[in-house]
Amino acid sequence: MKHRSLAIFLAAAILTCSLCACGGTTPETPASSDEIVPSSPAAPANEITVGIAQDLDDSLDPYQMTAAGTREVMFNVFEGLVKPDSDGNFVCAVASDARISDDGLTYTFPLREGVVFHNGAPCTADDVLYSFETCAATSVTSALVTALSAAHVSAEGNTVTVTLDAPNPDFLSYVASVYIVPKDYAGQAAQPVGTGPFKYVSRSVQENVILEKNGDYYGTPASLDRVTYRIFEDNNALFTALNGGALDLVAHLTVDQVNNLTNGYTVLEGTMNLVQALYLNNAVAPFDDQLVRQALCYAVDVPAMMELTAAGHGVRVGSSMYPAFGKYFDASLADAYPHDVEKAKELLAQAGYADGFSFTIIAPSNYAPHVDAATVLAEQLKEVGVTAEVQLVDWNTWVSDVYGNRNFEATVCGFDASSLTASAMLARWVSDNGKNMINYNNPAYDEAYAKAQDPSLSEAEQTEQYMECLRLLSETAANVYTQDLADFVAINPALEGFTFYPLYVIDMSLLHFAA
Amino acid sequence: MKKKTTGINSFLISGAVLSALMLGLILLGLVWTPYSPTAMDGAAKFQPPSPAHLLGTDNFGRDIFSRVLQGADATFLIALCVVAVSCTLGVLLGSLCGYYGGLADLILTRICDSITAFPAVLLALVIVSLTGRGKANVIFALSLLFIPSFARLTRGEFARCRELNYVKSARLMGVSTGRILFRHILPNTLPVLLPAVTIGFNNAILSEASMSFLGIGVQPTEASLGLMLSDSQTYLQSAPWYALCTGGAVVLLILGFSLLSEGLQRRKDG
Repeated sequence: MKHRSLAIFLAAAILTCSLCACGGTTPETPASSDEIVPSSPAAPANEITVGIAQDLDDSLDPYQMTAAGTREVMFNVFEGLVKPDSDGNFVCAVASDARISDDGLTYTFPLREGVVFHNGAPCTADDVLYSFETCAATSVTSALVTALSAAHVSAEGNTVTVTLDAPNPDFLSYVASVYIVPKDYAGQAAQPVGTGPFKYVSRSVQENVILEKNGDYYGTPASLDRVTYRIFEDNNALFTALNGGALDLVAHLTVDQVNNLTNGYTVLEGTMNLVQALYLNNAVAPFDDQLVRQALCYAVDVPAMMELTAAGHGVRVGSSMYPAFGKYFDASLADAYPHDVEKAKELLAQAGYADGFSFTIIAPSNYAPHVDAATVLAEQLKEVGVTAEVQLVDWNTWVSDVYGNRNFEATVCGFDASSLTASAMLARWVSDNGKNMINYNNPAYDEAYAKAQDPSLSEAEQTEQYMECLRLLSETAANVYTQDLADFVAINPALEGFTFYPLYVIDMSLLHFAA
Repeated sequence: MKKKTTGINSFLISGAVLSALMLGLILLGLVWTPYSPTAMDGAAKFQPPSPAHLLGTDNFGRDIFSRVLQGADATFLIALCVVAVSCTLGVLLGSLCGYYGGLADLILTRICDSITAFPAVLLALVIVSLTGRGKANVIFALSLLFIPSFARLTRGEFARCRELNYVKSARLMGVSTGRILFRHILPNTLPVLLPAVTIGFNNAILSEASMSFLGIGVQPTEASLGLMLSDSQTYLQSAPWYALCTGGAVVLLILGFSLLSEGLQRRKDG
């Protein structure tokens, strides 16, 4: 009995102290401490250690990979006939040229001479045919399977020809996703073999993944001899290892982590390549009224929100396109709705909500930037008399309830592109699209989007159609668009050549130690 | 047989003073806070404690003192509701079970036992994930979980008192059962019940803080001590006052009631 108060006091103390324990490290730390040596800036060995936040446990098989984190690593191992470069263009990889017929139906890929798989076998047209067949039959990416189902691949000598049933302006981006693998090699999931600048060496579960330079690479070979990806599933442990100097490169850091970084690493800033917005369910009242949606756009102060949540980092966007898509990104749309409380109130009054209204913003609790943005936006909306309640849900609930069942009023989240195509960002807002989470229904948009698919359009005309789609999204205030989040990379100052891609990948072949 | 405590009951006094102080702050928070607890100020992010901001500011430039006041309000009100509901229902169930006994008593006691067999926060998690998040659901979940502790205690006391002479006499004199239960026996269980209420109060505060810490209690923009603790952990190194001040508020709140409970216990024993 006497110890009761002590026990409760201790319980309270534990609640407070447990915070400090959250950064606990995994039991395997003793073994890893001696790995710090190779990554010191003056490493005699030409190799680096990279910290990543998740294990590659979905699959290493090029057609079975689902996680963005896995693609990010395996980008260095696998290549398609063409591959994306850092500007978002497609450059030749396994193919030495990519010729597209005038009607857009025939793609001709002469294969590059001297391409060798990591297992030593030369890459032939048979391997390419096998890769296309296997990919079409087994890929987990449904858009890719759909695109390939309308394609017929044949080989003649050293030239691969792809014939399409109907022109598909985005087909090259799908070709880039068909990684070329050796024929009849069944071990991809355990020991992946590709043609990329790095070859896969090993993976220890929950520990690391090791890649080694591909000495037989046909293009500019990688400078680094070896890249070790160390896995830290706990974000705090990852940061502690980085701050302790045990890692040469860590991407996807937050502005708070960067501000707490004390070891003199170079910090590079890019963007996450997604569109964050307060996505509004256009089918539920009051968001079925365009005036209300526009009022919300005027009511929020996005630069102030970015200042509060990320010290002003990030890029303001005004429609469903992020700046890395240089061709389609229209920066002027970001200023379509300047912060204007009076205008917002006026529009609300016009829509019959002079006294404001209440709604719930759902935010996925595992994404701190979205939760923070939702918190600030809710506070800003108070100014025009709109009461927004923030409700946090776990990621699975968000996917099934908000994304799947469209059972929400508003949500803060980010949409990215699965491939380097405008349609990857824009197809989902067509009124009858299965992924049209916000129930956006605008005949003008549907028409503009359908026009953009017309194979007879020139590239400039097609781009113009997509830009028109973006303008329509902005004009009708489909959502309260906010930003493309800032993405910070901390890198050993001796390393050079880090390049941001418009996709979620890190190209290790460009990295090298300063001479 | 027991050593008589002489002199003043320091536990009771210090507990009462501390609790009164915290209650005063909570009442103050209901009517006045130095700043709006949700007002953000980009120019005043992560200010350390100063005369302008007594406990500093958080990652949105919100005044932590105002938020602690509001958070303590939310936490306190939830705890108050939880204890009120669970104590009322628990005492009612416990008294009937204890007084009458029989099969119903057996079944209810087993149900209570099985509820207490699970960790409270875990069960609360299950209930909240079924009913949805939010204050009302947290109160519902915690009230349900706290009923057994009161019911068991009351049941034991009533079962003991049932056979005591004063109850037997009252029964012989034809006093109605309701009167016997609540006018004759209940006041005699207060020395046991009161410490249990204060401890229950502490547990309710801790449970609410834990649930909000885990993100299933009070939702953001509103403040709650648990939610603030959860938010503050990211900034433990750059803004330690955030976690310390919020954690300190939880500790003081609980310490006051713990001391009060211990004092009441000693008063009864002594």
